Order: sequence, then C-alpha cells, then structure tokens
Amino acid sequence: MSKQIKLKKGFDIRLVGKAEKKIGNFQPVKTFAIKPTDFIGMQRPKVLVKEGDSVKAGTPILFDKKMEKVQYVAPVSGEIVEIKRGEKRKLLEIKILADTEIDFESFEKFNEADIQAASREKIVDHLAVTGVWPQLIQRPYGIVANPEEEPKAIFISGFDTHPLAPDYDFLLKGQSNYFQLGINVLQKLTKGKVNLGLSADHKSEELSNIKGTEINHFSGPHPSGNVGVHIHHISPINKGEVVWTINPYGVVQIGKLFANGIYDASKLIAIAGSETKSPLYAQTYIGSCVDSFVAGNTKTEKVRVISGNVLTGEKINRDGYVGFYQHQITIIPEGDYYEFLGWMKPTAEKLSYHKALGLLSFLFPKKEYALDSNARGEERAFVQTGVFESVTPMDIYPVYLLKAIMAEDFDEMEELGIYEVVEEDLALCEFVDVSKHPVQEIVRKGIELIQYS
Amino acid sequence: MEFLRNLLDKQKPLFQKGGKLENLYYLYEAGETFLFSPKHTTGPRGAQVKDAIDLKRMMITVVIAMIPCLLFGIYNTGHMHFLAVGEEASFGDKFILGLTLVLPIVIVSYAAGGLVEATFAVIRKHPINEGFLVTGMLIPLVVPATTPLWQVALATVFAVVIAKEVFGGTGMNILNVAMTARAFLYFAYPAQISGDQVWTYLGDKVPIDGFSGATALAVAYQSGQEGVNAVSNLGSHNSAVMEGMFSFSNMFLGFIPGSIGETSTLMVLLGAAILLFTGVASWKIMVSAFGGAYIMAAVMQLLAVNEYMALPAHYHLVMGGIAFGIVFMATDPVSAAQTESGKWVYGLLIGVLTIIIRVTNPAYPEGIMLAVLFMNVFAPLIDHYVVKANKKRRLQRATV
Repeated sequence: MSKQIKLKKGFDIRLVGKAEKKIGNFQPVKTFAIKPTDFIGMQRPKVLVKEGDSVKAGTPILFDKKMEKVQYVAPVSGEIVEIKRGEKRKLLEIKILADTEIDFESFEKFNEADIQAASREKIVDHLAVTGVWPQLIQRPYGIVANPEEEPKAIFISGFDTHPLAPDYDFLLKGQSNYFQLGINVLQKLTKGKVNLGLSADHKSEELSNIKGTEINHFSGPHPSGNVGVHIHHISPINKGEVVWTINPYGVVQIGKLFANGIYDASKLIAIAGSETKSPLYAQTYIGSCVDSFVAGNTKTEKVRVISGNVLTGEKINRDGYVGFYQHQITIIPEGDYYEFLGWMKPTAEKLSYHKALGLLSFLFPKKEYALDSNARGEERAFVQTGVFESVTPMDIYPVYLLKAIMAEDFDEMEELGIYEVVEEDLALCEFVDVSKHPVQEIVRKGIELIQYS
Repeated sequence: MEFLRNLLDKQKPLFQKGGKLENLYYLYEAGETFLFSPKHTTGPRGAQVKDAIDLKRMMITVVIAMIPCLLFGIYNTGHMHFLAVGEEASFGDKFILGLTLVLPIVIVSYAAGGLVEATFAVIRKHPINEGFLVTGMLIPLVVPATTPLWQVALATVFAVVIAKEVFGGTGMNILNVAMTARAFLYFAYPAQISGDQVWTYLGDKVPIDGFSGATALAVAYQSGQEGVNAVSNLGSHNSAVMEGMFSFSNMFLGFIPGSIGETSTLMVLLGAAILLFTGVASWKIMVSAFGGAYIMAAVMQLLAVNEYMALPAHYHLVMGGIAFGIVFMATDPVSAAQTESGKWVYGLLIGVLTIIIRVTNPAYPEGIMLAVLFMNVFAPLIDHYVVKANKKRRLQRATV
C-alpha cells in the first residue's frame, strides 16, 4: 500500500546559488581520492595498494579489517600518487592520478533472468567485491551495511530537500533502466520491501514508474526528503532491527554493474552556493578533486568549500575531494569577522527560523539568502524549548535524546529513539539552536556509545 | 567602531592564557561579545551555517517585552503617590518621582545579580550567562516601589546563588529565579512586601483622609470576611482619593496600588503580544494558565459560600500579579515544562492553583507566586510522564 505522508514540521533553508540544470565546461579533473573517513564506522582500514601502483576503475584499493568481505575500489583508472596519513598514521586519503581514458576492471554481466536466478549469497558476494557495496548503509548507526546481515527492509529516498540540493531527476536523467535493474538486485537482498520515497510536491520523471518497489510520497519542508524520516513513518526501526538505505545513485551504479559488468563511478555533482560564479553541474567521478570547479569560479577569495550541503557537509580545502556519498559541493563566504552589536542589530540579511527581536527574515519567506560560516553566537546551556521538536518530523524528543547522550545514559538513549536517527535527521536542530550545540556531533557520539557497548 | 575593536584587541592578551588578568578572562569576554559578535566560524563537520539567533537576542527580546510594564510602573508609582497625598501633579512630575524610586531598584538588582554572575563566572570559569538580563529586570517589577534597596540586593543575591548558580547556572535551574527572589522577600521580610502600607510611596507626606493603601485582592478578601458584595465593595473602595479605583476597567488599565510592574494588565498583555509574536514565550502556557485561572474562578463562583468566592471570574484575571506572573514568570522556558503537551498541563495547573491559593488560603492574598514556584517543582514530573508516553509508544511498536 502506497502512502501519502504530509509532513508539516521542518524548515527549508533557502540559499542563493542553486545549480542551474546544465553541465558546465570545467577543466578535466586530474586527481581523485577515496577518503576512509567518509565511511563512518570503518574501524581498521587497510590499504591494498602502494604509491606508484596502477589501478583500473574497480580495482580494490582498501578494505576494513572488521568487515573483510567488502572491497573499496578505485573510482577511476590511473596511478596511485599519494597515500596521505594524518596524526597517529590515520589514513586520510588515497589519491589517484587519473588516466585520460578510463580503463575498467571487467566483472560478470547479468540480465534480468540471471538476477532472478542468482542466489542471495551470490548477489551479496558480487556486490561486495565490485566496490558498490559501500553504497548500502545500515540503520541504526548509519554505517556501511554488513553483508552477513539481512535487513527487514530497504529504503531509498528519491529526492533531496537539503539546502541547494541537486535535482535527482537531473542526476539520474536517462538512467531509469539501470535504476530498475538495481531495484531488482536489491529485492534479492531482503525478504521485506524495497521502499522508494518520492516527493509529493514535485513529481519525479525518472523514478515514478519504477516497478518492484513500494512507492510512498512525502510532502513538506526539509527534512521530508531524509530517508530516516521516511523510515520513521513507514516502518520504524526498533531495537534489534536492521534496515538498509541506499541513495538512488547507488542503485543506478548497481544496475550499471550488473548490466555492463563494470564499476562505473561517473556521477554528476552540483556546484552550488552564493560564492559560485556559475552554479552548474559537473560531470565527474566519485572522489573528484574540487580544484577544477573552484579555481576561477568563486566571487571572492575568502570562501569555504563544503563537500555536501551546508547542513550536513564537511569543510574541505580548495583542492580537497568530494566525499564518497556527496552529490554537491557548496561554496559560501567564510564568516570569520566581528560584528558590532551583531546580537541585537535588526537584520533581514541573515536567515532565521525564529522571530526574536530584529530577526526579520520571516517577512520574506521566498527570499534566498547568502549565509556565511559565522557561528552566530556562543554555546550555552539548553534554554529555549519546543524548537527542536518543531523542526523534527518524527515522534522523538530531540532535547531529551541529546541530554541522555550527554549523560551517557544508555537505557534512556535506547528508549528515546537513538536507533532511529543519524546526524542528518537532527541537522536542522543544530541550525536553529539558540544555544548553539554541536547537535550532529552529539548524535554521532551517542550512536558510537550504543554501537560499541 | 574600528576604535573600539582596536581597543579590545589591544587588551585581549592581558586576559588570555598567560596574561596578567587571565583569571578575569570571562569578564573581558562578556564585554567583548556584548560589543561585537564573535568571529567564530562553524566547525569542519556538521552545520556549516547557523541561524541568526543567539541567547543574547532571545533574552533581550524578553527585556524589551517588559519595557511597557516598566514605564507604566514608573508612572504609576508617581501617580499613586500624588493621588494618596491629594496633590495635583503633571505627568512629568509623576514620572520623575517614579523614576527616582524605581530606577535605584533596577540598578541595585542588576548590580547585585551581575556581581554574583561575574563572581561565579570567574570562579567556575564559564562565560557569563545572558539569563540575568531578564532576571535583573523581573525582580524590580515584582516588588513594591517602597522596598528597601538592601532588601532588593539581598533577595537578588539569594535568588541568583540559591536558585540558579548552585544548580549550575542559566539553563540548569529548577525554580524561576525572579520568583524565588520575591518569595525570599515575602517570607524573610513580610512587613515590607505585604499588608496595606507598602504599595504606595508616601514619602514624608501624610495621606488624605479616607485613603486606604490596600490592594484589590485584600479588599476582595475583606468582602468575603464581612459578607458584603465584593464587586460593589471594590467599586466604592478608596472613593476618597479616586472614584472607581477598583472598577474592572481601571484594574485592567492598572492605575492601582501594587508591585511596580504588575498592576497594568494592559501593559502585561502588550508584553505578551511581543513575546508571542516573536515566539520567545510559549503561547500554550499563557493560554492554558489564563484558561485554568478563569475556569477555576468560575468554579469558585459557582460553589460560592462567601462573597469573595462569588467574585466574578474575570475580575480575578486583572487583580493582583496573575497576568504578570503568567506572561513573564510561568513562561520561563528553563523552569517551565519543556514538552509541548506538558506545557498545557503546567499552565493549566498554574492558573488553577493561583485561584485556589487566592480564594481559600487566608494567609496569602496572592497565589501566583506560590503557584509558579510549586509548578516549577512539578514541571519535570509532568515532562517525565509525557516523555514516558513517547517511550511507551516506541516499545509498543516493537511488539507489533
């Protein structure tokens, strides 16, 4: 039974610099990198290559000693130019200098009938060694799925409501046949349903006619596109249950793998943000260096480049690399400036969910803002109440959950719903918080406490 | 502004680690962040942009919402004085007299409380909290203009230390700080904050014949004792100084004796409008508390066994400090219930309890103070059950 779910709680952060649905002519990207830190929960990364080795797209370069079956592979063919380590030899980046023509490892091809005939085990093994497996994320915890487990259901969100998020119809243009094949593969992984959440406000051209999934429609402001919110309303996670999630990009990648027998890491990413001269999409591969998109494309020099969106993303260098799971980079002004009486100056230039004295952004609900990275005040104890609840469209009390985490009270965390959230589900709380708590950091700390207890 | 910034930057090393005045860093920081929003940027992971609000802005909104009450209180203090001594005076004279009485109380309250805040910030090495901006203004508004300044200082220090700092500062307190200050005065120095003599400043002048300094609540209570109709008793009260002083409309407007900021229901509602429009205070608490008070007063009226109980329910809403207490004290987010459904219960019970205390307890003519403090204590219990229901829903889901 397909459901229509109307969500009222939440908040859309409208920003200047949405990417135009065109593919820009950027300089070809030279280097690509896989960052083990993108795979949350990866405990003991082991590198399989040395500097100077040449790899093909799909050659394993990394695995986690705690989950040896899953291979992390090179997105492009080329030469390993650097294995970058940080403090305590923590593995940070494996950099590849790409060939001009991508050379692929060749894997077994499947047609629809082959997929139907294959055993679950065979499918799992195939996904694990070919590099597409890390696209599958396990809930609770939001970590790379464990191939030894079987989820009660798989969830896919077919739209993204984050600030300046890419348009999935544009990302997936002309790839619905691969998406369909990917769905057929996913069906083999669970006895439960494969759920696809679509926007009720904007009909998806590419995903509306997909078969073999339960399609549910969600309307409302962000975070209505978050897969965690979908799970909460369709089939919430209880203690001991496991659900897998996957981004539509991952589904397409699986489809291409089975149809063409290659690990195809090509992807479109949106280059967005108020400091971008021409916000466009870029055709590249997973782990792309951003220098080609940033150099010469920013309005000023004092910018922050974010891999991902402004709510859940990560600050990277101007020559940093796009995160494994990201489909956008956002360029915003860096906000390291003092502001005279900034705490009481009336302003319509800064966005606020609140309407306290002098915060006038509520008067312009359609206006797009150019926000910078200023922290807008200092951290304080929790004072205001009811705000987090009003931006969290789930039956969860975020402040109580966060306090339980801070107090490291395991029973409370479980009872208050730690299994149902990852960082992105409470990211809006971090934005609207009067007391400026690092909400997402706290959530991850709670998840880790539970996960490793 | 450049000049100020340079000055601050120049002094900064003195207060930073290794500087001579390192211990006073948080005092410097308080001043600096008051003048300039800091240049901190968001961390490398997580939300990269932040909402424009911060605690300072939220707190100053509440202070602004109290300004109508403060200004009216200043005027009314002077107004009541000249009324009582039977002299004609201009608006300016009244305001200036009020100012000379009220301003010192405000200054003492801010100074005493600020000193405690600063001391704790320095000793405990935490930033100075903005919560005191509100408390420091609330305390003057809930005491009579005749309160000795040393009592204001003592009550403020007591409340900030015992009600707030021992729990860990703003955000951690259980009781509303300003209400605690008032309760302290009430129980420690009842002679200066109750009875008929304290509400109107007379100075060295003699009141005119027939003047009574009693508050409306005391008059209503007296009606109950004497068995005379409370409304007509209120209506004819103090006719020597002013016809219809305790008529419903005049009590709504606030030209009556009482604590500095609470007499005018109109001004309180103006403040409430600011708080509700800006979303800083919970409308649920306000609506349910006023509703609870009205319903309880109506029930009292229905069950009336004396003239006080028979007082029409709407009179209760404009008499005493109930409106001020509900709008500015009950809605303090830290000491109130924190769950949305809990707020309904919390507010409702404050309203109900206020009327019960008023009408049935002969020792305290006003009930809002004790009702708010009482419900402050119970708010965590209310929340506990609301959150428990949430946990239960989650558990039940697991079995299906």
